[in-house]
Amino acid sequence: MRKWILALTLLLPGMAFAAGGGIELLQANNDLRDKASLQAGAKLFVNYCMGCHSAQYVRFGRVGKDLGLTDKELRENLMFGAEKVGDMMTIAMDNKDSAKWFGVIPPDLSVISRARGVDWLYTYLLTFYLDPSRPMGVNNLVFKDVGMPHVMWERQGWQKPVYETVTDAGGKTHEVIKSVELIDKADEAKAEQYKKDVRDLVNFLDYIGEPAKLERLDLGWKVIGFLFIFLIFAILLKLEYWRDVH
Amino acid sequence: MSKILTASLDWVDTRFPLSKLWNEHLAEYYAPKNFNFWYYFGSLALLVLVIQIITGILLATNYKPDAGMAFASVEYIMRDVEYGWLIRYLHSTGASFFFIMVYLHMFRAMLYGSYRKPRELLWILGMFIYLCLMAEAFLGYLLPWGQMSFWGAQVIISLFGAIPVFGEELAIWVRGDYVIADATLNRFFVYHVVSVPLILLVLVVMHIMALHQVGSNNPDGIEIKKNKDPKTGIPLDGIPFHPYYTVKDIVGVAVFLIFFSAVVFYAPEMWGYFLEANNFFPADPMKTPEHIAPLWFFTPFYAILRAIPDKLTGVIAMGASIMVWFLLPWIDRSPVKSIRYKGGIFKFALLLFVISFLGLCYLGMETPTPTKTLFAQIFSFIYFAFFILMPWYSKWDNTKPVPERVT
Repeated sequence: MRKWILALTLLLPGMAFAAGGGIELLQANNDLRDKASLQAGAKLFVNYCMGCHSAQYVRFGRVGKDLGLTDKELRENLMFGAEKVGDMMTIAMDNKDSAKWFGVIPPDLSVISRARGVDWLYTYLLTFYLDPSRPMGVNNLVFKDVGMPHVMWERQGWQKPVYETVTDAGGKTHEVIKSVELIDKADEAKAEQYKKDVRDLVNFLDYIGEPAKLERLDLGWKVIGFLFIFLIFAILLKLEYWRDVH
Repeated sequence: MSKILTASLDWVDTRFPLSKLWNEHLAEYYAPKNFNFWYYFGSLALLVLVIQIITGILLATNYKPDAGMAFASVEYIMRDVEYGWLIRYLHSTGASFFFIMVYLHMFRAMLYGSYRKPRELLWILGMFIYLCLMAEAFLGYLLPWGQMSFWGAQVIISLFGAIPVFGEELAIWVRGDYVIADATLNRFFVYHVVSVPLILLVLVVMHIMALHQVGSNNPDGIEIKKNKDPKTGIPLDGIPFHPYYTVKDIVGVAVFLIFFSAVVFYAPEMWGYFLEANNFFPADPMKTPEHIAPLWFFTPFYAILRAIPDKLTGVIAMGASIMVWFLLPWIDRSPVKSIRYKGGIFKFALLLFVISFLGLCYLGMETPTPTKTLFAQIFSFIYFAFFILMPWYSKWDNTKPVPERVT
């Protein structure tokens, strides 16, 4: 019974999360049909993410096939262990170790795009900012007190929070983080490229979330088209039979 | 050739009532000729049942009802099984469409008084089908073993705990553990693929037999059996179900499949209404999601549960909100069956009820706020008032005269 009450009371703070602290998500605008982008994303994924995160439901071979890579290209660019092409994208890091190092087990990323949505992932990867109070030295705009370090900081440059003063219902004012900005303006060109990198990476995550998505979209209109033709004949058949009903 | 066929049919007919069944249920089952749009949903519900059984069997061949493997096996189906993604989306979309069809089918019965004498038993059998369907959907939703699967089941099964004295024991007995766990998943799988479908199939057959015993109602609410051709004994306003309604229902099937395919291929998640984003996180007993809500077809009842501050009363109200449907054949005392001849009071009551039902459906998905809870309470009140006051307002209503023959 207590668990039930607990579960119900936990419904209440849901709004706080849904509002995300009032931060609007950036648009990923990724394109699943852009193979070059997917290949670039895959490369970033194996180089940066797969140190800690697995994609254990995804097969290297399937990725190679869908992204237009030969087995040789696949081995040279995406597979660093002595794995077989048919292997899953698993990692060697032990869950117990990672829990000790980061406070949480880094989640498997196979279906993260379906759970979080691409816009959230895109915003998340772009909005790490320096926060000395955190063990990894960084915090995140859409994932407060995240356990993950800013792995790709070298590609972006460090960011700091931009505050704004708001007045609450009680008339008190307090500072909230409105957005983030680069600390060193010299990083701007790099940060622009980083946005493209993140788009590629999110594109790849979107792809592994549902590898059959393009097949689904391409098959759908054929099925619906057939059904429309079928419908015409069904209507004609019905009218023919019903001519003698008055 | 035709001689051989006739001989073969005779051979079968002397051993199995094939022609008899065909005639009784199709070729010589006389249905009113004035069925309208609302009469498609019975056959469409049957179509979805067939889709669910076929796709369900195919899914079960690759699914693993094991807490350690269930989530992965669903992703295996989505990725490594040939057209597994299609089979799974057909099944998940089918679940929601089943309820859409059944709700429209039930609404048809309310519009035209299809539950009235002599169709009381037909209605009750239908209600049992609806209950089975709810059980089936609830059990099946645990199987993907995502966060919503786990916590949704956790919240609903814990409701048993509200029963005084033995409630907690009962909840543990149902789960087979202190929380939702491997034992729960394993038994839910068995209930979902064996027990409930068996009962469901028997009930559907009984529902159709009862329908063919009393005959179909129609938008005028007139008994076509009252006006029979004196020579043939065939109802004057009746036409054989086959071929007239079989060819008509094929049109309905085509339109249905267009809508169904649009969802399966272009919006299988239906923006979280059919497949929730949170369910793509694997079940984690240590991490309660911020927002737990059942799928849309349960939310009207869930909203009633939450509208009442006391837990036990809430559970009773939720149960009553479903059970009260069983009473419809007896609480509707209007002299006419169809809404076409009913007066303004009934139409107004039905409108209020539909608004309340949809309102509760929406509120059940939302995180409660004081305003939303107040609305849920108002809608719950109207919901129950619609049924409780029906014996009176349906009687006082100004009805119009019913014609002799269907229009």
